Amino acid sequence: MVPRPFRVQQIRHETHDTFTLELEPAKGSEVFLFKAGQFNMLYVFGVGEIPISISSDPTNPRVLMHTTREVGVVTKAMGKLRRGDVIGVRGPYGSPWPVEQADGSDVVIVAGGIGLAPLRSALYQMLAHRQRYEKIVLLYGTRTPNDILYRRELQRWRAQFDLEVHITVDRAMSGWRGNVGVVTSLIPRAPFDARNAVALVCGPEIMMRFTVLELQRRGVPPSNIYISMERNMKCGVGVCGHCQFGPCFVCRDGPVFRYDTVQHLFERREI
Amino acid sequence: MSQSGAVSENPYALPATDLQKLFDSLTQRGYQIIAPTVLDDAIVYEPVESVNELPAGVTDEQRAAVYRIKRRSDKAMFRWAVGPRSWKHYLYPPHQRLWEARRNGGSGFDVVAEPEEPPVYAFVGVRPCDLAAIAIQDRVFLSEQYRDENYGRRREKALLIAVNCSHPAGNCFCASTGTGPHAQTGYDLALTEVLDSKQHYFVIELGTERGAEVLEGVPVQPASPEQCEAAQRVLENAARQITKRMDTTDLKELMYRHLDSPHWDDVAKRCLTCSNCTMVCPTCFCHTVEDVTNLQGTVAERWRKWDSCFHIDFSYIHGSPVRVSESSRYRQWITHKLASWQDQFGVLGCVGCGRCITWCPVGIDITDEVNALRRSEESKAALTSPKEESHANP
Repeated sequence: MVPRPFRVQQIRHETHDTFTLELEPAKGSEVFLFKAGQFNMLYVFGVGEIPISISSDPTNPRVLMHTTREVGVVTKAMGKLRRGDVIGVRGPYGSPWPVEQADGSDVVIVAGGIGLAPLRSALYQMLAHRQRYEKIVLLYGTRTPNDILYRRELQRWRAQFDLEVHITVDRAMSGWRGNVGVVTSLIPRAPFDARNAVALVCGPEIMMRFTVLELQRRGVPPSNIYISMERNMKCGVGVCGHCQFGPCFVCRDGPVFRYDTVQHLFERREI
Repeated sequence: MSQSGAVSENPYALPATDLQKLFDSLTQRGYQIIAPTVLDDAIVYEPVESVNELPAGVTDEQRAAVYRIKRRSDKAMFRWAVGPRSWKHYLYPPHQRLWEARRNGGSGFDVVAEPEEPPVYAFVGVRPCDLAAIAIQDRVFLSEQYRDENYGRRREKALLIAVNCSHPAGNCFCASTGTGPHAQTGYDLALTEVLDSKQHYFVIELGTERGAEVLEGVPVQPASPEQCEAAQRVLENAARQITKRMDTTDLKELMYRHLDSPHWDDVAKRCLTCSNCTMVCPTCFCHTVEDVTNLQGTVAERWRKWDSCFHIDFSYIHGSPVRVSESSRYRQWITHKLASWQDQFGVLGCVGCGRCITWCPVGIDITDEVNALRRSEESKAALTSPKEESHANP
């Protein structure tokens, strides 16, 4: 429960209000093993600690990455960190994306905004073992073209012949010739076999709510849909009580849930 | 634990005038005694050294939103029901430092877990409901998945001396939750106070070796059959005095069936979301953390503080809290206590101590709310069955 010191290798500013922290252990050469979809509690000295999902490649544990948006006291303090600064890390915590269980299936990844961050870990892992999967489709929605995360990587992935990347924005800007509309609008025409697809969904709760409906309308069974939940978390180990979602502790039993196991909770407000 | 059950085999008896010798034995063995005493017009658990600090001749009266201490005509030390404090104040303190981080020259820092050794406690006067509450918090903090050292270090060394209940209050319903008034397990020693016109003594049941050890040097005698019977009568009397009931049959399913009940809006009209119920509850474990630094910014500390699901910022995530309405927060508390707690920890989160009823400023009664849900199902059933008949006989 005590944070381990990690050194900031680099801070990469992704968009005007998001950045990626690249971390390495401050002491020793231990590697940080984690699974795609898990999160860490990140501590800024004297400021506070918050849960942030890991967005780096689980098959390359030498560098640990977290992408976040500057919205609160801790993330704003993080945005001011410089190369060489030390922050505290506790984790990894929580349940992973079902990357292995998706073997032999089409995989459809639906991301909203910063929700792409934990899904990038899953993408890295699947692309490292590309032959195990059938089609892989990424459907990504952001507010504006300027809010697109991991732009270079997305361009590279888009150029790959074995990965489909579809992007849509809520509001276009001059020069944008791509899709405009919510991410759910990409689902009906996305190229995947609904009866043999595993869907990984992460984004704002309202976006996940409609994504899950649209996926089911397309014919994806609820037991093949996985969502990553966000809740207030203070401990990460199921003891502070903040992240309760019905009987689940999102930090321990989630954040990744198979949709059919939480459907009765997800469909209700203020649970 | 159950409401019946005879006094166990080979109990001892100790005259009330010699109870100080048990206290002395505890002190000599290095225990810090925490026992009931009167403070600010309430019976609370505090560090004590002498039996003179016990609430002898004091009792209480409790109803929904009412707590009063009163004088008794006798000198009974333990004829009262649980007050606002519970033992979690000592095993899981309201404000506790978890670790400290110090700048180490450059941009780095070192983190050290809380080094201070907690006191070795002897709790005297643990009611059976509170013994059950401690066992429940053991499941929360010392589970297979996670062991909380801050709790564990306190809990493992603590000696639990129970005093069986002889004076249930108006809000007690331990008979319904199967947690009292007679302690069956979880104690090192269990005392039953017997006081009649002639005698005042304790019948002592042994729970553990550690319990037996602290009796060494204390002038206990094997209890006579008459003394055991007298103790038994005290317990039977107590059981009879418990009038409040909460039907626990099918309780988890009942609560889950009512997630969308309009009844939560009814409770929300009364509930002030003040969080009193969660503060006095002996099983509530939710907490938040707080980071503080010294003025130079060279030392930072992490503290944990009791928190409550009734606070609006409890569920805050970027943008908005998850549970905004009062009704959703009350639903969360009672559904957790009576239903999801069972899924999480395999037991009910309620021990029937009645504190949440007594200390609720508007007198919301958990047993009444459960009954209201049951009644709503009965009335629904009553409404639907005649309709079916009318279809059959148009």
